[in-house]
Amino acid sequence: MSLKPVMTGRGLTKRYGRVTAMDGADFDLFPGEVLAVIGDNGAGKSTLVKALCGAVQIDEGEIRLDGEEIRFASPMEARDAGIETVYQNLALSPALSIADNMFLGREIHKEGIAGSVFKMLDKKKMRDIARDKLTELGLMTVQSITQAVETLSGGQRQGVAVARAAAFATKFVIMDEPTAALGVKESRRVLELIQDVKARGMPIVLISHNMPHVFEVADRIHIHRLSRRHAVIRPQDFSMSDAVAIMTGAMDPPAEMALPEGAVLN
Amino acid sequence: MADDRAVPPRGPQDFEKVLDQSSTETASFEMRDTSPLAKFHHFLHANPTAAPVVVLILSCLVFGVIANNFFSAFNLSLIIQQVTIIGILGAAQTLVILTAGIDLSVAAIMVLSYMVMGRLAVQGDVPAILAVVVGLGVGLACGLFNGSLATRARLVPIAVAVLSWVFLLGLDLPLIYVVPIGMIAGLAIGWLNFGPALELRLPPFLVTLGAWSIFFALNLWYSESETVRSQDIDATAPLLKVFGLRVELLGAQFTLGSFLMVGIFIVLWYALNWTAWGRAVYAVGDDREAAELSGIRTDRVLLSVYGAAGFLCALGGWAAIGRVGSASPQSFYEGNLDAITAVVIGGTSLFGGRGAIFGTLFGALIVGVFRSGLKLGGVDVLWQTFAVGLLIIVAVAMDQWIRRVSA
Repeated sequence: MSLKPVMTGRGLTKRYGRVTAMDGADFDLFPGEVLAVIGDNGAGKSTLVKALCGAVQIDEGEIRLDGEEIRFASPMEARDAGIETVYQNLALSPALSIADNMFLGREIHKEGIAGSVFKMLDKKKMRDIARDKLTELGLMTVQSITQAVETLSGGQRQGVAVARAAAFATKFVIMDEPTAALGVKESRRVLELIQDVKARGMPIVLISHNMPHVFEVADRIHIHRLSRRHAVIRPQDFSMSDAVAIMTGAMDPPAEMALPEGAVLN
Repeated sequence: MADDRAVPPRGPQDFEKVLDQSSTETASFEMRDTSPLAKFHHFLHANPTAAPVVVLILSCLVFGVIANNFFSAFNLSLIIQQVTIIGILGAAQTLVILTAGIDLSVAAIMVLSYMVMGRLAVQGDVPAILAVVVGLGVGLACGLFNGSLATRARLVPIAVAVLSWVFLLGLDLPLIYVVPIGMIAGLAIGWLNFGPALELRLPPFLVTLGAWSIFFALNLWYSESETVRSQDIDATAPLLKVFGLRVELLGAQFTLGSFLMVGIFIVLWYALNWTAWGRAVYAVGDDREAAELSGIRTDRVLLSVYGAAGFLCALGGWAAIGRVGSASPQSFYEGNLDAITAVVIGGTSLFGGRGAIFGTLFGALIVGVFRSGLKLGGVDVLWQTFAVGLLIIVAVAMDQWIRRVSA
């Protein structure tokens, strides 16, 4: 069995004036895995992730999605290609309902003349789908799907954002610091959510500074250092302090990049 | 993928073990606060039009008791006639305020638009219907001018408008044609959407404050500070006064303008609540960055909102000719503030993203009811204005209270 990468990046470079935020960085994501991306502040991991989700346009290098070379001009294009991002600030509209938020920017219209001429929204259908998606992820303790997002707690909002990403992603989901603003219990819930999404076969790119969380859910850990990929390790082979040592340059990276079993590059 | 390999660091951390024994309550979305006040608070939060409706009904009842003519069909229909123009301007203003902006130029756009309609039809020998269309186009152009300064300023349309003014004036074409032709040319070129654009994203308050002066000056230049007289309109272009026509219904008199106003509110209600555009308007006002990341083209939404507001102001201008009879460049000086008053009393938040279009209709009616009731009760105009001031402050205080969410 050969496993081909979902997304690859080769020689990705991004400059902001005289600052090189990314200097020939590589990236590989394989089907069904949780790939954690860690790195010091300023290592360029957020630039890498922004390049993958279309928020930043690379100057050099190539990005391939399922083997096809691709270039995103905006987050919208990445989204249309099946890549969903859970942003650190969640990108939810507080005053709108849970259902409205899930379908923001991709509303479903009614069939027939009501939809084609009068652009009428099919609110019932959107509510039903939103309810289904939240139930699938075990989040359907929601009293009402029409509840405004601002009435939810931080963890619940994270749940809505994750459910939205999981519902619409066809390739993979990017999660930027999903547990950074959460308490112990809510973090636990989000980690379970990550496992749930993964269990449904959806690959996840997880950006996090929280080593215990990374080591708990990641299948592979991509360590970013000095604007490029420094190492890829398996959490089973190294300890957290090793990972931090590699990340900060205190320890030499392993000679080989870790790959999932049966993985084939190119 | 084998996920069950037993590896020490995987799974919950030591300190998390106790979570198993903790209550599972926090994960639910249950409402715990059920005191009557909290319920009322939640009700108002979920139904932004509820507060103005309650105030409207209460004030009608109070004035019905105090002033005996208040509940006559004639008086009630008169109130509706009186709030027609402010209601339409308020509807335009509501759209802008929902996006967390404000349009201080609504009245100036309206006056400029109706002056264009009036002068073209009466003094320019232009067919009345064409004069109206041009007037509506001028309103739309003014709105898009505001919108483009608040987002990405397109330079070509503005340049086209100004250059064609210079060129046409050089040809000795009368001013009454030059101004609208230039603006319509700018509007048409703007539609092609090409050429350089500046990422200005200026604050709407300042843009429209400047625009207010600009449109007002344009209007004085264009109208040469002269009023288009009522009898001239009757003689040459009665179409301009169509919204002043009265319809007799159950002893009450309604103008066609009142129906126009209600029609505008119904159309906007539909657009805001039942289309993706409406969701986008709320989302942009709520949190623009989040909306952008959710895939909404926020610049387009804002441009469409300001354009629609300008167009609605021009429609209001058409109705204003019918209501006033003549077209005066100096009228409706307080239109801006009255429109904002209606929006605020109607429960739409000045901070954007919250409110409902019908709230503004009720807000305008509340002001109308207060003024009419106090007048019938023999209260001085001075105290009518005082009462409206109090209403605004109470409405803003209510808004602040309603916005406070106990999460």
